[in-house]
Amino acid sequence: MKIRTKIIHSGKDIDEYTGASSIPIYQVSTYAQKDPINLGKYDYGRGDNPTRHAVEHVIAYLEGGKSGFAFSSGMAAISSVFLLFKSEDEIIVTQDVYGGTYRVLNTIFQNWGLKAKYIDMTDVSNIEKHITNKTRAIFVETPTNPLLKIIDLKAVNEIARKYNLITIIDNTFMTPYLQRPIEFGFDIVIHSATKFLGGHSDLIAGVVVIKDEDLSIKMRRIQNSFGAILGPMDSFLLHRGIKTLGVRMEAQQKTAYELAKWLKDKRGIKKVYYPLLDEHQGKEIHLKQSDGGGAVLSFEFENFDVAYKFMKNVKLPLLGVSLGGVESILSYPASMSHAAIPKEERMKLGITDSLVRLSVGLEDIDDLKEDIDIAISQALK
Amino acid sequence: MQKETLLAQAGSRWDEKTGSVSMPIYQVATFRHPALGESTGFDYSRSGNPTRNVLEDVMARLEGGRRALAFSSGMAAIDCLMRIFKPGDHIIVTEDLYGGTFRLFEQYKNFGIEFNYVDTTNIDEIVAVKKDNTVALFIETPSNPILKVADIELLARFCKENNLLFIVDNTFLTFFYQKPLQMGADVVVYSASKYLSGHNDVIGGIIVTKDDELGEKLYFFQNSVGGIMSPFDSWLVLRGLKTLHVRMERQTDNAERIAKFLENHKNVLKVYYPGLQTSPWYNVLKKQSTGAGAMISFEVDNPDKVSRILSNVKVFLFAESLGGVESLITFPSVQTHSAMPEELRNKLGINDRLLRLSIGIENSNDLIEDLDNVLK
Repeated sequence: MKIRTKIIHSGKDIDEYTGASSIPIYQVSTYAQKDPINLGKYDYGRGDNPTRHAVEHVIAYLEGGKSGFAFSSGMAAISSVFLLFKSEDEIIVTQDVYGGTYRVLNTIFQNWGLKAKYIDMTDVSNIEKHITNKTRAIFVETPTNPLLKIIDLKAVNEIARKYNLITIIDNTFMTPYLQRPIEFGFDIVIHSATKFLGGHSDLIAGVVVIKDEDLSIKMRRIQNSFGAILGPMDSFLLHRGIKTLGVRMEAQQKTAYELAKWLKDKRGIKKVYYPLLDEHQGKEIHLKQSDGGGAVLSFEFENFDVAYKFMKNVKLPLLGVSLGGVESILSYPASMSHAAIPKEERMKLGITDSLVRLSVGLEDIDDLKEDIDIAISQALK
Repeated sequence: MQKETLLAQAGSRWDEKTGSVSMPIYQVATFRHPALGESTGFDYSRSGNPTRNVLEDVMARLEGGRRALAFSSGMAAIDCLMRIFKPGDHIIVTEDLYGGTFRLFEQYKNFGIEFNYVDTTNIDEIVAVKKDNTVALFIETPSNPILKVADIELLARFCKENNLLFIVDNTFLTFFYQKPLQMGADVVVYSASKYLSGHNDVIGGIIVTKDDELGEKLYFFQNSVGGIMSPFDSWLVLRGLKTLHVRMERQTDNAERIAKFLENHKNVLKVYYPGLQTSPWYNVLKKQSTGAGAMISFEVDNPDKVSRILSNVKVFLFAESLGGVESLITFPSVQTHSAMPEELRNKLGINDRLLRLSIGIENSNDLIEDLDNVLK
């Protein structure tokens, strides 16, 4: 079955009981038992909820994993994955990782003795020299946020196998519609489901998909013990959002690609970051491991002043944090997604004060172009 | 089983598959058929939805009826009920009834249905307007906003003798305090937006019938016209029902205190609350209801004070509607009853000095203090 069909017919899209063509919202905390000793499959809403289970099944099915887990936010998902490790363990992390991941690693998990090393993985040979006998995992984002650098999933996984490391990827930008890292051997796939999976900017959620049974058992224990679960209503909305993932991604990435090509020749713009542009260094690898460029692009203005005026003048994309919704969202990584990274570090990564990130929505491309055009002209005055 | 028990466990035992103690929200349009000519019992959500059906079953049981139907608003419920009548039919109605019902009935005149609005606390007025083509009596008791109480048993006997369909809008007291079907009424209607859901977060309506035949007839209209209650709203009403008893008791207790306070306030001319011993309807209410409810209307001594009161209340919310956990204050002559002709309003006492209170579950002293401050 092709992925667009799999999205709609996951096997858990119909209520077994009534035939209802959508899974009921089990807004419930506990389940009445028939026997005091032998409890039923469902006993308490933290551990089991049919609405949450349905969406967990769908995401695992689409990613090609053994099991899925839904959490109350992307950070709850990421943090729950880090709970697989213990003090003294080391994790090697993609250099320009999402600011929230950086923050949780460098504050909370660092206090517990989990060490993160941030390295540039666009050249995978970099990774090996940082592996020690304490290294337990490699954490990857590709394309990276916000510079959309590409990391070779197959190559990373080969290194991980050699040293018996767990491979983890934050697949938020691509979604399983465009990129399925488990096919390249990855062990754990994480999403901020708030973004493209939910797709309507109306919920906060995270998901984790695990490739094999052993880690699944551990993850289930963490989810149930730690309890940062996704609520029934949000599970329903996420499931509902995933049903249009294919059509949304296709339309959004088509517009994003067009905008990226159009923007790079615009006066006032210094550089455009988008994985499918010919000048993008990672284009070849990206096309090898993904089915599209995605709907996020970043571009850098000549200077901060122009970038600032552009953001003040743009009207159609809403200015704000987050991405992946049906509405275009313009973000300023320096003060938003990457504010947690020290300025020095940030500049070194290329996340300058002139850089903006655009998550392209479902608006008409001509309207977006016109709006951006006017905002750039005004900024350059 | 007592009503409190039924309320607390409304929808708690439906889901055999998981044992879920909360009714699942079937946010769904259609249902897969097991095979050609077979059905799970559910085909299409307009015709039947598990969440709505559970609410309907619970309501039928609590009201002591055979069939209940849930609608997208109280008006949609009454509208469905009106579809059983035909041109040339004549209906006698309580004169001081909710303005929206009045407005709806006025529309039905276009379809040849006649209405007479009378004081239904006085059977002589009903007898006086009854004609050969009279087919139904529609009452609100207590009425809105004057809170007059009609004698349900007396009227039921009259309806039976004259072969009239007897309809009672039970929104103000609910089955918790008053069960018209057991006193001989044929149909009960509700705005479920009020006490049943109780949190000012749902718009809904419910009909309960005494017998299956009328229930089936109304179901045909519910399904054909389609003014159904949505799954999520059905779930919220079910959720609201679970606390109906504790809310009603607390609200009524608060209302009794406030009515007494207002009765003794020097700037208040009149208090309408059937639970006051001084009320002309106290005895009939005691006979047929186990509580007086939480609605109070009162007249201030000077109409100029009204706008000041409405803008200065701090605990009461100046808003339409009633029956929620929050206390509301309403100015009926320009809000709930604006659709009613001025002449009729004046006859009924819905004048520019009249304010209506829906008492919530706040602390009664805070509510009294708030009123005391604005009445000065």
